Amino acid sequence: MAEVFAEDRQTRSAILDDRRIEELSSGRERGAGIRVVVGETTGFAHTADLSEPGLLAAAEAAAAVARQGGGGTKAVALPPRFTAPERDLTLPSDVAKATKLELLARADDAARGVGAAITQVQAAYGDSRRRVLIASSDGRHAEDDQIRTRFNVSCVATGDTGMQTGYESVARTEGFEVFGRVRVEELATVAANRAVAKLSARPAPSGELPVVLASGSGGVLFHEACGHGLEADHIVKDASVYVGKVGEQVASPLVTLIDDGTVGGEWGNFAVDDEGRAAARNVLIEDGVLTDYMWDWLRARKEGRQSSGNGRRQTYQHLPMVRMTNTFLLAGTEDPDELIAQTPHGVYVAKLGGGSVNTASGDFVFGTSEAYLIENGRLTAPLRDANLIGNGPEILRRIDAVANDFGMMPGTCGKDGQSVPVGCGQATLRITGVTFGGTAG
Amino acid sequence: MALAERVVGQGRPGEEIEAYVATGQDVEVRAYDGDVESLSSATTSGIGVRLLLTGGSEGARLGFAWAGSLDADVVDSAVEEARDNAAFATPDPDVAFAVPDGVTSAELDLWDPSVASASTDEKVALTVELERRVRDADPRIRQVSSADYGDERVEMALASTTGIRAVSRRTTAYLSAAAIAGEGNDSHVGTGFSVRRGFAELDPDRVVSDAVERATRMLGAVKPPSERITVVFDRRVVSSLLSIVASGLSGEAVVKGRSIFAGRIGEKVATGSFTLVDDPTDARAFSAATHDAEGLATRRNTLIDSGMLRSFLYDTVSARRAGTSSTGSAVRGGFAGTPGAGCRALVLQPGHHDQTAILAVVGEGLYVQSVTGMHSGVNAVSGDFSVGVEGLMIRDGELAEPIREATVASTLQRMLQSVLHVGADIEWLPGIAAGQTLAIGDMQLSGT
Repeated sequence: MAEVFAEDRQTRSAILDDRRIEELSSGRERGAGIRVVVGETTGFAHTADLSEPGLLAAAEAAAAVARQGGGGTKAVALPPRFTAPERDLTLPSDVAKATKLELLARADDAARGVGAAITQVQAAYGDSRRRVLIASSDGRHAEDDQIRTRFNVSCVATGDTGMQTGYESVARTEGFEVFGRVRVEELATVAANRAVAKLSARPAPSGELPVVLASGSGGVLFHEACGHGLEADHIVKDASVYVGKVGEQVASPLVTLIDDGTVGGEWGNFAVDDEGRAAARNVLIEDGVLTDYMWDWLRARKEGRQSSGNGRRQTYQHLPMVRMTNTFLLAGTEDPDELIAQTPHGVYVAKLGGGSVNTASGDFVFGTSEAYLIENGRLTAPLRDANLIGNGPEILRRIDAVANDFGMMPGTCGKDGQSVPVGCGQATLRITGVTFGGTAG
Repeated sequence: MALAERVVGQGRPGEEIEAYVATGQDVEVRAYDGDVESLSSATTSGIGVRLLLTGGSEGARLGFAWAGSLDADVVDSAVEEARDNAAFATPDPDVAFAVPDGVTSAELDLWDPSVASASTDEKVALTVELERRVRDADPRIRQVSSADYGDERVEMALASTTGIRAVSRRTTAYLSAAAIAGEGNDSHVGTGFSVRRGFAELDPDRVVSDAVERATRMLGAVKPPSERITVVFDRRVVSSLLSIVASGLSGEAVVKGRSIFAGRIGEKVATGSFTLVDDPTDARAFSAATHDAEGLATRRNTLIDSGMLRSFLYDTVSARRAGTSSTGSAVRGGFAGTPGAGCRALVLQPGHHDQTAILAVVGEGLYVQSVTGMHSGVNAVSGDFSVGVEGLMIRDGELAEPIREATVASTLQRMLQSVLHVGADIEWLPGIAAGQTLAIGDMQLSGT
């Protein structure tokens, strides 16, 4: 199999820090990655030279790996190109720089308006346009035009107890129209209040206790607790605790987990993946039973099946591998406030930071960036930041309540040195016991 | 350098221009199940252009643009974009480019020709052999999830209208493996790696033994009970730990009010055994460099001296804000990034004991082999520290039973004041800090 992946990416970003527009940046990158697969061996070369000689040189380099191949030429008739449907959006490149910078100033004012405790604010705007074209000798032929827009605010609050931080962001596979719905002042206020609340925070608890995760913020739990372990590259190498578990009850019956690259505007969206396969909605776990893994072209081929549209790469300079898109838990039926009220003692995590997992053992961590103690069914003292640690298969069985208030959160997923945008989502839910890694014994 | 100078020549009156050009060649090999899984080779090049509009009375305005190509039309449009971007920045009297400061750069040989002279076949053979050796090293090794070779040759040139001219080049080669040991339902990953300037210096024996030992000794690990405990951190973990402490020693973090060390120069911030130096002029350091990211000579800077906070690291802009001069500490993440102040080559003044001796002195505690969630559970601004750990309990001064699914927590401030022992066992690791065994008292272990 021979495949060409051509990419043209333009990025623009602006940062306001310490009350100044400090950095306006524009970037342009274009090139092609050429992959040749013979037997179990992949040859790969990439080039920024898109002329015919440049592409042929890269193709020679990639093909050289296929030492056992006899060489020769094969003409391939490509099917009509799959083209992403037109979308109604405002191209960020059509928006004046001054209009984007105004968002930064508004966010700065709003964050500082929360109070004198806010001592530093950084606001960042970014947009990107990524056009890709994939053509392969086995008949894949598609193109996509991916527009992404993001905005985030980080605040520092200072008090008698030292400094604390708060962060909030929006990131969408959409154009500038996102700012017609999302008010940057609200993002800034949320980030600032988060920092201020933590000034009076007490040390987080140490040891195992019930945890309620707020809507949206806890999606990263599933991304780490089982998402990575369901990526077929880990499965075919027997490097996941979920190997051989299809059809088995691997989670509480309340868990139905979906990976879906087609959800309108979410951060992990695309029309076709980086191997030319249309994005799809894949059910991974249904009512607690494992139904399928996620697949790219290479791993699907081994099993004689189709890719699930999860073949992604950071840029043309990278080989594709199995990646999540938007991974989320379907909502339940409970009222979120009731769910907290029915928890006598525990921790409420309003906002999670990142996480990571060891797929072989299933142990994963995720950090809190806003959390409160639950005492007698009520939220009380704010808590300082800490990591939580759990074992994926164990934690999935301990989910005993899922509410009806579904929400999504954007993130950046790193794997094997490649970063891609992803979405995570879930409604407010409760885990009966997870180890909180604070200092208060 | 010719290209960088050509770009700099496009400056107009009332402008300063700086061009940073980098080109690199790299090879990556991955082996699996006795054969090559993938082989990649590529050349990349790009340019980052910073442009200052210096005309205004309230200060200069900075714009930036980058391109992943050195084609003339692409480079010219990057200059135009940088110029256009600058027009929108806030005027700032402290924004300026570096000017030569008379400090002579160190003579460093960071280029090993064996990276280029070794054939692809040799690199492939080394990787396939590595994978086989890890697989055969121990009957409990169930899988080799990765066995990789990679190398890189990078050449950089920097020029500016303020008189900066700097060229440098370096090579790196690495070998790494991740082994999965399994018994029944219990499985654990262990990683080993070797990173050197040249192909010939790589140490596959070490990669195999590290990966296998770190995977197999975790078999049977259980979740430990929660307790206050002395923690001995493995060298690799200490390298990451120092990198986080370092973020507070950046002059940029200090002037922007994001450092736990701001306003504490001259104070005792750590125990007396803790002396921290950033020395990019030491060729053994992975990130050793003759010039910083603004083209000034790098230099040795003592940051914490016997527990006393001595100085911060500055680039040109943060130094001007702080009313001091650059310490030659500008860093940048390639041609697509802009410079900022940061560490390159941290190392602790070595103590008197290696790891075995430190374990013996500590007696009872926890040895941490690896940590997770350094990015999610450590807040460098507040100092809150909480990480997932796996490792082995220390009993009677020796490594004992393995533990997993636990965390250790404290604050960075308290940890620095609780350093019990600094290892004599310096290991030069990839990244911005060397690894040394470190024992820290009074940490909270959270498990059951």
